[in-house]
Formats: sequence, structure tokens, C-alpha cells
Amino acid sequence: MVEVENLEHGFGGQTVLDLPSWRVGAGEHCLVVGRSGSGKSTLLHLLAGLATPCAGEVRVAGQNVSALSPSARDRFRGRSVGLLLQTFHLLDTLSVLDNVRLARRLAGLPEDRARCREVLEDLGVVELSRARPSTLSHGQAQRVALARAVVNRPRVILADEPTSSLDDGSCERVAALIEAEAARHGATLIVATHDSRLRGRFERSLSLDAPDREPAR
Amino acid sequence: MNALLLGLRTIARRPLPAVLTVLLLMLGIATVVVLLLFQQEFEDRLGRDARGIDLVVGAKGSGLQLVLSAVFHIDVPTGNVPLSELREIARHPMVASVIPLSLGDAYRGFRIVGTTPAYVDHYAGQLAGGRLWERSMEAVLGSRVARETGLRTGSSFIGAHGLEGDSGFHHDEDPYRVVGVLRETGTVLDRLVLVDSASVWEVHAVHDASGTMPATGGTEGGSGADDPAANGLPAGDKEVTTMLVRYRTPVAAISLPRAINAGTKLQAASPAQETARLFQLVGTGLDAFRAFAGVLIVASALSLFIALWHALHEQRYDLAVMRTLGASRGRILRFVLIQGAVLGVAGAVLGTALGHAAGWLLAEWLARARSLFLGDLGWVPEEGLVVAGAVLIALVAATVPAIRAYRLDVATVLLERR
Repeated sequence: MVEVENLEHGFGGQTVLDLPSWRVGAGEHCLVVGRSGSGKSTLLHLLAGLATPCAGEVRVAGQNVSALSPSARDRFRGRSVGLLLQTFHLLDTLSVLDNVRLARRLAGLPEDRARCREVLEDLGVVELSRARPSTLSHGQAQRVALARAVVNRPRVILADEPTSSLDDGSCERVAALIEAEAARHGATLIVATHDSRLRGRFERSLSLDAPDREPAR
Repeated sequence: MNALLLGLRTIARRPLPAVLTVLLLMLGIATVVVLLLFQQEFEDRLGRDARGIDLVVGAKGSGLQLVLSAVFHIDVPTGNVPLSELREIARHPMVASVIPLSLGDAYRGFRIVGTTPAYVDHYAGQLAGGRLWERSMEAVLGSRVARETGLRTGSSFIGAHGLEGDSGFHHDEDPYRVVGVLRETGTVLDRLVLVDSASVWEVHAVHDASGTMPATGGTEGGSGADDPAANGLPAGDKEVTTMLVRYRTPVAAISLPRAINAGTKLQAASPAQETARLFQLVGTGLDAFRAFAGVLIVASALSLFIALWHALHEQRYDLAVMRTLGASRGRILRFVLIQGAVLGVAGAVLGTALGHAAGWLLAEWLARARSLFLGDLGWVPEEGLVVAGAVLIALVAATVPAIRAYRLDVATVLLERR
């Protein structure tokens, strides 16, 4: 489902990421660990087609992401990739429901209000549909962000540090929630984190910490 | 929830800069619209009032004053002239027709004009009721006079001496009787009280006798008998204020005014030339207003640019998230442009409405002051261009922020939030 070959990326002549070969199969859950600045977020951005690699190839759902035209890449990301950002960043100009509908619209899919309510229902926040994101608790906002990430039934869910700011109990719950949603949609899940509490949960993991490399940032 | 609504909500989140932008644009557009309305209506009206009048002949003075008083009835006349001298001109072979006018009195600010029925015909005036005057002391009212004074056929009124407002001197002994009311013509006729030339002489003869008023005429029954060659000019050796002349041939414009101005004690002035001079004078003032409107519109464009630019800084994470959800660069560009267009349209629409409201108030005020009568200020076709121009300017001002949003590096923005 996710294939990486000879991937290299960097900023200003400094290599941030160097990944010779890495594969994650369909429906697999994989943890990407590493120190701050080891290139975890950069790897997620490359997988999502938000950045173009300096060298190498990224294939997601059989699609060479960097070979797509910019607008095709945007459409591909909207439909096939669910991004869960560390700061969930819901648009405060819109209600909870409209945030989820926006994900449908921007991906060029029919708004399908029923589907939007269904994902909010699955995550237990449907009664907050009309609420402003700024009025939600941290946990509620995370559920809405997760609903927005899965509403288009993505093939791949990319989560960036979903648990780092949570206490142990919440960390456990959130990780379970994300895994359950990925499983419900049959999506490949890749979680980038430096949170060691997640290490035992995933059958696969990739460490980006190279002993000979200094942290870039 | 479409792009327009999202744009509106985004604007609503930072209302103050948006309000400032719309306000500036609104004032600029309103100024332009008022100028357009007045210029259009002013030129239309003066054009209609002066149509078919090739030359105005009256007492020596300023040519512009003569035209303003005799054609548009907004200035005081230059004085009176003897009919005998006018008759010479009326007989000139190049003159097709003449209309005499006697001014000096008013009723509640509306001028009483002693003339011949040819004056009504000149403006294609039609009776709404009653008949035209047939003898002295009979009056026919323009439509606006009838509407504002409430006089109707059969009413009587007493004229006051002087043209501007109420001089306090009334011709008490000589009431006019209204015999007819004219339909609206959209010309100067609408705000005049028309009477026979003889009526003016009769009214003033009384005071001449008492020696309190300047003479407008001699005694009744002068020398000149009815003269068919005099182009319908009244007989006698009395005085009138002015005479409107229509040429038989355009060639007359070259020689006739010069002949009158040099060869007689009279003065001739061309309405076309004098109004052109007036527009030139007024034009300088209008240019200043136009420059003022331009400054307002440029300021609004600047304000729009700054508002969007600042908003962009706050919005960049929102925009990055929209990109992660699949929005293309083009879509982000349009999203920012839409915000600019919304502000532009709001400013243009509100400005047009304000311009019309201000124009209406100004016209009403001018009419009440009896200084300048503008008709209904309708829609001017150029307004469409003004609105389109305002939206275009808004879009241009939004272009730079939009391009910056287009170029936003999503990965970098997402990383900086650490």
C-alpha cells in the first residue's frame, strides 16, 4: 500500500530524511519513531504529496505521488489520504459538521451529509454537529479531527504525534480510537511519534534515528 | 456551505478591516455616482431647456447672465429693452422666429413670465386642463408650479415683485386668474407662471404711476401697429426683458450676434456658447471632486490589500489545512480572490445606493431653494461601469495576497506550528 524507494529529502542542503526502502502493506498499522527533527513529519508530508522528495520514489495505493500533476496530487490526497495533524486545526469559521463537509467538498466528492453525520456518530460527537470548534474540549476536537480524516474513506491514514500531549489514560484511549477507525475503513495506518508509550501497540515500526546523524532541528 | 459562504465567514471573523474597506469604497463610489447623476441630469436639463434657441437678445451685461436669466430662469435679468429695437432684429431676414419674455415678478419663488403662446409651443407644452391665456391678467401654470402651490384653474394669486423669494412688495391690486395648467414637459416650462406680456405692463404701470418701481413699459397704446413682419412680437413701444431668437439659417450664427453687439444698444448671447463656457467653469470644480473620489477609491483598494494581507497571515494554517484536505492551489487562490470580490461588491452596491440617496437629497434641497431644478435622477448607464470598475479594483488589490496564498508551502506551515 505504501512503498518507498531510495527516498531522500532535505532542506537547505541538509539531509533530513534518508530511507532506502520501506513498505507497509494494505491494512497494516505501522509506527514511525524518532527524535524530534529525525524527519517523521517530513516523511508524512512526502507520503501525502505535500512536499516533493529530492530523490527517490513514493508510492501510495499504487500511485507514484510525485509523478502526479499538482492538482491531481491534491485530488489524490483529498480522496485517498486522511491526515490527522498534531494540532487538529479545525476551521473555527465553520461548525463541526461543516468542517467534515468541507473535507468532502475539497476532495471533489459529493457532500453527502448522511456520511458526514455517520462518521461523527461513529466517533460519538454527532450531538456537537452545530458547535464551533473553539468551544470543544481537547478530546472532542480530536474526535472531530479524526472524523474529518476518515470521512472520505481514505486508503491511508497518516497521524502526526496524536498522543504526545496526553496523559497515559487518554493516550491509551486515543491510540485505540485511531486504530479502530483505521480498521473500520480498512485503511493503512501510519503514526509518526516520539511517544514511547505507543511502541508496544503496533505490530510494525520504523525508526528514523540513525546513530551517526545529528538532529537537524 | 460553498466557497462564497466560507469567504463571507472568513471576512466576518475580522470585521473591522473589512468594514473600513467597504466604507472607503462606498464613499468613493457614492461620490462618483453623485457626480455622474448630476452631470448627466445637469447637461440633459440645460440641453433640453436651450434646444432650438439660437440666440438670446437683451440689455447689455454679461452674456452668461443673459442666457441664465432668459433661458434657464436662474439668474436675474440684465435689464429691459424697448420693443422697437427688438423689432428691428425680428425683421432681419436671417431670423426665423422670435419669442419675447418679460420678467420681474414671481409667485412663491416661481417666475412669472410675460410672453406669447409661441413660448409654450417652443417646448411642446400641452394643456393638462383649462386653456391658454387670452387677455391680460390670465395665467397658465407649469406643472410643478401647480403641484407645489396648489393653485388650479379658477384660482387667483397675487405676484410679488422680484425674482428671488418674497420681496415683501406685492402687487396687491392686480390678482392673476389661473385659466390653465400645463402637462409636465421636463423643461423650464414646468416651473414658470406664464402670462400675457401685457399683464406685466399692466401690473407695473400702476407702480410706475406711483413712482416706486423701475419702469417696464410706457403708457398703454403706443405707436407701432400690428406688424406682420415683426414675427409675432407685440405691438407698441413698451419694453420687454429679452427675446429668444431662432435662425433661419446656420450662417446667421456668424454675422448676426456680432451685428447686434456692435451695431445696437442690445446684447446677443448664444446659449450653446454660454453653456459650454459654464460647463468649463463648473468642470474645474467637478474635476476636483473626481480627484477626491479617486483618492477614496485608491485608499479603499489599499485598505483591502492590507486587510487581506494581514488576514492571510492568520489564515495561513487554515489554508494549509484546506490543502491537506485536497484543495488545489487554484482553489486557495480563488478563495482569497472571492473575499476581495465580496468586499468590492459590497462597497460598490452600498456606494451606489448611498450615491442615489445623496443625489436625491441634494436635488430636493436645490429644488426647495428654487435655485436649480433637476428632474428625477434615474439610473445612469455609466453606473454599471463604475460598479464593474470597483469590483475589478478590488480583485486587483486582492491579487497579490491571493498569489501569496497560492504559493503557500503547506509542509513548512504545518511544521512551524510545533
